[in-house]
Amino acid sequence: MSLEQEVELIRQFPIFAKIQPAMQKLLCFSSERLTFAPGQVIVKAGDIGDAAFIVIEGEVEISVPTPSGPIVVNTAGRNAIIGEIAIFGDVPRTATATAKSAVETLKISKELFTKIIRENPDAALELIRILAARLANTTAQLSRTVSGTKS
Amino acid sequence: MDRSLFGFIIRYSKRDQLMIVPLVVLSMVVYYASLDLPKTIINEAIQGARFKDADTASFFGLQLGRIEYLLALSMVFLALIVLNGWLKFRINTMKGWMGERMLRRLRYALYDYILRFPLAKFRRVKAAEMATMIKDEVEPLGGFIGEALITPLFLGGQALTAMFFILYQHWVLGLIALAVVGIQAVVIPKLRKRLLVLGRERQLTARALAGRIAETVDGAAEIHANATSNYERAEISARLGKIFRIRFEFYQRKFLIKFLNNFLSQVTPFLFYTVGGYLVIMGRLDIGALVAVIAAYKDLPTPVKELIDWDQQRLDVEVKYQQVVEQFADEQVAPPEFQAPADMPQLARGGKLRASNLSLADESGTRVDNVSFEAGIDQHVAVVGRPGSGASELTQLIARLVPPTGGSLELAGIDLKRAPESVTGRCIGYVGSPAYLFPARVRDNVLYGLKHRPVRAAPSAEGERAAFDVREAERTGNSTLDISAEWIDYEAAGCSGPEDIEKRIVELLQVVDLEETIFELGLRSRAQKHAGKDVAEQLLAARESMRQRLEKLGIKDWVEHWHPSHYNRNATLAENLLFGTPVGRTFDVDNLAANSYMRRVLRETALDELLLRTGHKVAETMVELFSGLPPGHEFFGQYSFINQDDLPQFEAILKRAGEVGLKQLSEAERNSLVGLTFPLSAARHRLGLIDENFEARVLEARRHFAETLPEELHGAVEFFDPAGYNSAATLQDNILFGKIVTGQAGAVERITQLVRELADELGLRTMVVRNGLDFQVGVGGARLTQPDRQKVAIVRALLKRPVLLVLEQAAAVLDAASQARVVDGVLKERKGQAVVWALSREEFAQRFHVVLVMERGRLVEKGAFAELKRKTG
Repeated sequence: MSLEQEVELIRQFPIFAKIQPAMQKLLCFSSERLTFAPGQVIVKAGDIGDAAFIVIEGEVEISVPTPSGPIVVNTAGRNAIIGEIAIFGDVPRTATATAKSAVETLKISKELFTKIIRENPDAALELIRILAARLANTTAQLSRTVSGTKS
Repeated sequence: MDRSLFGFIIRYSKRDQLMIVPLVVLSMVVYYASLDLPKTIINEAIQGARFKDADTASFFGLQLGRIEYLLALSMVFLALIVLNGWLKFRINTMKGWMGERMLRRLRYALYDYILRFPLAKFRRVKAAEMATMIKDEVEPLGGFIGEALITPLFLGGQALTAMFFILYQHWVLGLIALAVVGIQAVVIPKLRKRLLVLGRERQLTARALAGRIAETVDGAAEIHANATSNYERAEISARLGKIFRIRFEFYQRKFLIKFLNNFLSQVTPFLFYTVGGYLVIMGRLDIGALVAVIAAYKDLPTPVKELIDWDQQRLDVEVKYQQVVEQFADEQVAPPEFQAPADMPQLARGGKLRASNLSLADESGTRVDNVSFEAGIDQHVAVVGRPGSGASELTQLIARLVPPTGGSLELAGIDLKRAPESVTGRCIGYVGSPAYLFPARVRDNVLYGLKHRPVRAAPSAEGERAAFDVREAERTGNSTLDISAEWIDYEAAGCSGPEDIEKRIVELLQVVDLEETIFELGLRSRAQKHAGKDVAEQLLAARESMRQRLEKLGIKDWVEHWHPSHYNRNATLAENLLFGTPVGRTFDVDNLAANSYMRRVLRETALDELLLRTGHKVAETMVELFSGLPPGHEFFGQYSFINQDDLPQFEAILKRAGEVGLKQLSEAERNSLVGLTFPLSAARHRLGLIDENFEARVLEARRHFAETLPEELHGAVEFFDPAGYNSAATLQDNILFGKIVTGQAGAVERITQLVRELADELGLRTMVVRNGLDFQVGVGGARLTQPDRQKVAIVRALLKRPVLLVLEQAAAVLDAASQARVVDGVLKERKGQAVVWALSREEFAQRFHVVLVMERGRLVEKGAFAELKRKTG
């Protein structure tokens, strides 16, 4: 896949859709294309996050470590973003992402991601929207769990 | 060393100077004859004074006619000129030799002083100034020493001869000449006095400049950290300005004097023509004599001027000599006998390391105060104390780097206070902090401690050349020890020879936990030229195993191997074109676009147009991507093909290309665009510019490049050969023989790990470590990390098996865990042998038999760690 195709790809992401074309191109050009073999760990819970990954192809399993072993909490597929929380929250990775099949990703470094968000309010809004949705999702999950344990 | 230059000259070159004197005297006689003869030629042959009464004249018993007589006299004149010239030639050569010999002696003597300086002196002197003095400032001395005695003799003789000759012809003319010479000899030196002062100032400012430049280099990090580069610029500018002002005045005076000199010497013939002509007309002087006087006078101002020059130079170099010698001569230098090569004395068995009332005081006070202790030479002693407690100074005293100001120190029956360096340097090993590494290979650095004196003559030491070298060295007081002899004392290391000692070095690398680092360096360096055929075979076998291993693990596509007829998409275009490793700078990727052979290949395969178009696209993309970034953005360094500074230039090229088309661009512009394509890697950059057609064209050019490579460029590239070893590539590249694919997560880590495992399995470890020992450590060891430098220094000290090993905070720069490993390793290695270690971490003292606790220069406690612990809690 060439640079042009990658640009096409990231345009489909609401975060990147509205930024200038030159910036989109720079984003792709300066990002690394990384392939993970099935079973390879993409990000590990507890590590320091220095990059986020855009899944171009393949399936990723998200799990969190618990004292009784890792629990799979989600799966992510094509066009998902992984690992952005650690970048913006300045916290260690909150979950582990493992490649389920052969996974193709675009690795966006922390500096680049921050730069894009800083310079593009639209992208920032979009990021907030994603995070808010995730928070809502987590809250819902939590309340389900809490009520589940009560009953 | 003599305090005065003439003392030095007479002491060391008396014989040489005297040997030239007869030649000088002889040349005076010849010179006088050559002055007198023209008079005879003019008066007796040309004007025919001898032929008034007879048709022939007698010439050494021959009767000759007038013409023959003239020819005969002219021939004699010619012979005299030739003889005079030959004498001058001999004298000059001998002077030159003598000067060079004396210069060599002087330089050597000064360098010898540096080797004998007490260590404290190095806190006060600047390395660069020492170097300038030995290298540049004494250089004119060499020239002068050749002239020192001979020139006044020769020139004075010449001037006197001419003077006497003129006076003898006519006293009036003689007086005129004398008067002019007198003015020259009195006035000019007066004018020159100021020049001398200026010259001295110039020397001092230039020396300080050298010192200052060295300071800038040493303090580069501070300058950047404090943003003081402009301050430094102003500093240097002021210094250069001062030098300029000195020189400015210097030249003004110099050329004024030159003008005066020229005027004086040219006005004299005017007087000769008028006064002398008058005398000839009046019949009181014959014409031949006048012509001879004018000819003789022509030779007079030059020697007088040169004599004056000589005198100025004398004053100048005498001052220079004194200035330099003052800098070097130090009351405290060690006497030469102290460092003379000597045999190692037999040490008493079961002896002790014994210090009694050991003291050290320097300008800042008492550093070590009456320290007494005793330890067996099979014991390990720890010295603990805060910085400034005297712990470091005590270890330096024990290592005999600093002579004690009081008390005594004994090691196994040897009085260390008086023992010469040849003894202390062999029975004591010392590692300081930071330890210094010489800019050579790791191996040279660890063997350095074994080079006390030549142990075996070099095989080619015989022959005339060697005899000449030794004779000259002796004549100039230089060292006659042969540098090409075998200096490494294998026996001292307990080894039988070069092979054996390699094994020993590797053992010691393990002791200090350095072997892995050296192994790593070995993998990442190319094998040395002298590496044997077995190295090549081992690497080729490893390459094959690596291939199989990758296949077995199912990751064979993690490495894209080099294949003569495949384009390697993980490699750059440059690598694909060359299909080999560049040797030297000729085919370096930065030079490739301008390289004439590469350009020819591109032209002949018509690849140049394609690359030009590709380069144009790269430039367009780069300008589009990067021109929006603020200046100095880190992305330029990380991702851009174009320097930030060059970006406007490429914008201009693109603009021009848009106006006139690619074909009309200048050669330089085209090269700039083509140059952009060489670092392009298909897999990494994903610009979509390298398609199948492009690859095929490059492969064609690759073949053409190899086939038509001219003979003289064969050494500039070593081609990849699937079945051959590549001596220009690193060991790791030889094993991999390909590129680790970009974009495979974790591939680099996994593959490098595999290479290491494989090297171990195949038994290549020793070979690789040896290759690592060939690693050049750089200036001051800068290519190694500081902990690794300390480790190399510890290996150097261990290798010579000293009776006593002294370490002064030698491992302090290491982190706690590695420090523990190194302390344990060294102590285990030195079991039953003496160690004195000044520690920065007290907890390590537990591992030692005896602990000395220092506080404000005093030894406040001594004993076993457990005892001290009990007492103090």
